[in-house]
Amino acid sequence: MQVRDLWVDLEEFYLRQVNLDVAAGEYFVILGPTGAGKTVLLETIAGLHQLCKGYIIIDGVDVTNVPPERRGIGFVYQDYVLFPHLSVAGNIAFGLKLRRLDRETVEERVAGISQLLGIDHLLHRRPGTLSGGEQQRVALARALVVEPRLLLLDEPLSALDPATREGLQRELARVHRELGTTTIHVTHDFEEAVALGDRIAVVNEGRVVQVGSSEEIFRKPGSEFVARFVGVRNIFRGEVLPGENGYKVLHLDGVGIAVVTDLVGQAHGSIRPEEIVISKGPFRSSARNSFCGRIVNIADRGTVVYVTVRVPPDFTCVITRRSLEEMELREGLEVYIAFKASAVHVF
Amino acid sequence: MRTAFVILGSLLILFVAWPLLRTVTASGPAILWQTLLDEEVRDSILLTFYSSFTAMVIAFICGVPLAYLLAHVDFPGKWLIEGIIDVPIVVPHSAAGIALLMVLGRRTLLGQVFGLFGLRFVSAAPGIVAAMLFVSLSFLVNAAREGFEAVDPRLERVARTLGASPWRAFWRVSFPLAWRSILSGMILMWARGLSEFGAIVILAYHPMVAPVLIYERFESFGLRYSRPVATLMILICLATFVALRLTAGRKTMSNEQ
Repeated sequence: MQVRDLWVDLEEFYLRQVNLDVAAGEYFVILGPTGAGKTVLLETIAGLHQLCKGYIIIDGVDVTNVPPERRGIGFVYQDYVLFPHLSVAGNIAFGLKLRRLDRETVEERVAGISQLLGIDHLLHRRPGTLSGGEQQRVALARALVVEPRLLLLDEPLSALDPATREGLQRELARVHRELGTTTIHVTHDFEEAVALGDRIAVVNEGRVVQVGSSEEIFRKPGSEFVARFVGVRNIFRGEVLPGENGYKVLHLDGVGIAVVTDLVGQAHGSIRPEEIVISKGPFRSSARNSFCGRIVNIADRGTVVYVTVRVPPDFTCVITRRSLEEMELREGLEVYIAFKASAVHVF
Repeated sequence: MRTAFVILGSLLILFVAWPLLRTVTASGPAILWQTLLDEEVRDSILLTFYSSFTAMVIAFICGVPLAYLLAHVDFPGKWLIEGIIDVPIVVPHSAAGIALLMVLGRRTLLGQVFGLFGLRFVSAAPGIVAAMLFVSLSFLVNAAREGFEAVDPRLERVARTLGASPWRAFWRVSFPLAWRSILSGMILMWARGLSEFGAIVILAYHPMVAPVLIYERFESFGLRYSRPVATLMILICLATFVALRLTAGRKTMSNEQ
């Protein structure tokens, strides 16, 4: 899927000169703050808004002037938008029936996708009687059952409570692995973006400000806005394995970090810079994680200072200017860092 | 406080229920049966029902699309259209009859054009339909508009992405979801048409619809003679109204299960 020089003007939102390239089978995340025009961008790709300028290509075909029903797109909104007058089965079968498939095929495919998403026991229910997570699975099934060339997800996890969100997020990753549908997922949540996206586009005020892997975006934010929006954080990818005393261990290259989580397997961990304590000597505190490393960078931000310590990997911590002066820290110095296992957010 | 409110409210209910009850109980079943056998009465009641139904069908065909536009599309001068739809409610109905006569009368342009097709409004059934349509279309259009307004426009968008053309998205999503409101608007409009007198009496005194017949019998023969017809009309309207409400209500309930 390609978007070239896209301009859209609506009353409240607009898009300016948007260019995107999404590879076949890719899970692409569009990340941006509320009101950045993310939903408009998705709806425009779906063909629901008139564009002033630019064009949209799906599978090598220019679809700029193709109506939404012939674009081969699946759309999932944040708040599900299920058809309230139809049962769950009716909702999922909606697109299939429009294609005039015979009843057996419809039932077969509805059964298949509901099994994949674990909602086969809900088929006869009305959408209004389902929980948020269940409704979003139904919306996902409804979009996927027609085998779209492109799946568009508009903040699909934002309306859910944290526990459900985590479950459905893993589900999204699994479904994408199994079906391989090219997916564009819009969110304002950076952890969601990191966990799911092969690549991420950061948008602000109707413009795409940076595109890249999560690593690139978080390590090398291309602008002040991106840096502020994603925040300075320590994000690592590794494997969670069982550890001792009820803790688990997130294994990165060479180091194991004690964490508290229900997850196992491949996962991300993030630690806010202010959770990390820095010292010139070894720690005797109760903090589970303590490492020795060398200072590779000191970034002065006025009242606070960001210190990057290479263990490796690099950990960034924040201290006050006064502590910096008192500890006489400088680049190249060997220091110790420590943080609690509970300070690591695993996702 | 509540007691006072109950008393005040009851006064109003009594004010409606008592006269109706008096009229209904004043004529015995024998007289009512006899009145029903009167061909003039039967014809006029059938004509009333049929004309009001025709008016409702016309309003449905043109009014539902209008209601959809008013609910989902913003266009300049929308307030004017909405105003025009509401005007028939505030205009005295005899004045509405005069206004219609000015446009549909025998010597008017429109009257003559329709005359070519053998359609006459003055003192004819089409005139009755026109009068009923004029005074009651607001009910259907407004109810349908409220119905469509309650339908999330994104439902149609989702239907579009799933392969529905704009027409199919309308018929499969918006229409069924607004149907409850549309139906209640249809019932209301139909009932309003049945009771119309003022505009009809000016445009088409003959053939006589039931309200005109009641008036005519009252004027010519007095209360005793017009009362059975009035009773009959009240009973039939009440029965149909209750029956329609019940079926509409049941449909709604099965929809929500």
